[in-house]
Amino acid sequence: MPVSASESRVLLDADQIRRTLARIGSEIVERHPDLDRVHLVGIRSRGVPLAERIRDRILETTGLAVPVGAVDISFYRDDVGLRPGADDRIADHPVVGETVLDAPVEDAVIVLVDDVLYTGRTVRAAIDAVFDYGRPAVVQLAVLADRGHRELPIRADFVGKNLPTQETERVRVRLVETDGVDEVLLVGAGDDTGDFPLGAGEA
Amino acid sequence: MGIATRRHLLGMGDLDPADVERILETAAGFEDVVERDVKKVPTLRGRTVVNLFYESSTRTSSSFELAAKRLSADTVSVKAAGSSVDKGESLKDTIRTLNAYRPNIIVIRHPHIGAAQLTARWSDAHVVNAGDGKHQHPTQCLLDLYAIRKRLGRLRDVKVAIVGDVLHSRVARSNIEGFRMMGLDVTLVGPPALIPPGIEATGARVADDPAAMAEADVVYVLRMQHERMEPGQNFVPTLREYARVWGVSGRRLRPGQIVMHPGPMNRGVEIAPDVADSGASLVEHQVEAGLVVRMAVLYDLMTRPTIGEVIDLRERTGEWGAA
Repeated sequence: MPVSASESRVLLDADQIRRTLARIGSEIVERHPDLDRVHLVGIRSRGVPLAERIRDRILETTGLAVPVGAVDISFYRDDVGLRPGADDRIADHPVVGETVLDAPVEDAVIVLVDDVLYTGRTVRAAIDAVFDYGRPAVVQLAVLADRGHRELPIRADFVGKNLPTQETERVRVRLVETDGVDEVLLVGAGDDTGDFPLGAGEA
Repeated sequence: MGIATRRHLLGMGDLDPADVERILETAAGFEDVVERDVKKVPTLRGRTVVNLFYESSTRTSSSFELAAKRLSADTVSVKAAGSSVDKGESLKDTIRTLNAYRPNIIVIRHPHIGAAQLTARWSDAHVVNAGDGKHQHPTQCLLDLYAIRKRLGRLRDVKVAIVGDVLHSRVARSNIEGFRMMGLDVTLVGPPALIPPGIEATGARVADDPAAMAEADVVYVLRMQHERMEPGQNFVPTLREYARVWGVSGRRLRPGQIVMHPGPMNRGVEIAPDVADSGASLVEHQVEAGLVVRMAVLYDLMTRPTIGEVIDLRERTGEWGAA
């Protein structure tokens, strides 16, 4: 059911987010028996706390702390120099964050972590960024939610929840670390940020 | 949505404190890029940056060129020093010629005040002023702010003494404006002949006693600008006399004070060699800051190309993440 303008609906609450991330964690463990090659890399900004939480779940079940890195895609965007609003789905980034890849990228199993998979442009940029730090053996993608509407041939290897959405709707992810609350909302097209580059944590 | 105007960086007046903060944070993001194995990001791939230098320069021209290259832009560097033709006409012709290459950004240094403004009018590019006469040099101010914050961890209420030839210095003009905007405390220290009258209107204090340097967290030493002084104008009795009274030497500094200089230094005139080479000197850090700050300026102009819409966006949303 599409939500109407200015309406919003909770798609995932705090408990569902917790269980979803735990499941992604165990799927990663199942898929990679040689866990010591795995390197979780969060895409800034909300992918980073998600990657840390997945790391904590994996630590609880296996006793192994896989390294967590962070990648900022600002410098790898595909819309620099375009008129603002020409493509407001890969939205402006007011603050450029640091890319931190302390564990070696060379021959690692990189699992990129992001909150919402949408057009795929952010993931494309993140893959390019990671390759400037070395040549990983494998790159995979874990997302809390997949809302569809891809514009590039990209898919997630670990999906928390598939969310069929209208293109006019927004998926807003809030996390305790960045927003003080854990929830995933579906926001209607008439929301206040609707005709502007996306609001915090929206896709 | 407001009327969209193409953005330039002609002087510090083109920026507000939020712009400066954003540029400094972006610059910090580039630190990692310039230190890693692959020292390049594809951000400005396919874009063109023209560096047009009508005055000699080592650090500014090389740092703009490297900044553009680190962002994967194509660069054209034109050194047009020493032309004797009418400056206005020749500048216009040069700009029109370079504009035919459809550059995205033109970086210009020129001995005449206002050359960057004219370049903005005559071209279709974003223009960055890399120094126009004794008027403005905004990227120097931004890199100085960056270097100060990196060393001291803050900007607000940092006490800066800007020492020496303020009258002929575009660095001083940009720095007074930018430092005041970011909440630094600025005192101009030098012989009255080298302090522009009425400069107190900027909010900077003036001291004609070298002892005023003692108060400062940062002693910012300006170069004696021989080339901008007309022959026969006696701004200072002799350089030796100037060095004795106003030169920044080790015995003048107290522990913990840091010393900055925009370069090139006249060692033994405004700055003593023992200070220039000491741990108190931030000169090399200023050069390092110059690279990442200029990368950030180029990035900022290309990602926020117009004024009108950007202001609207900032009013509408405090923060917006990538999709």
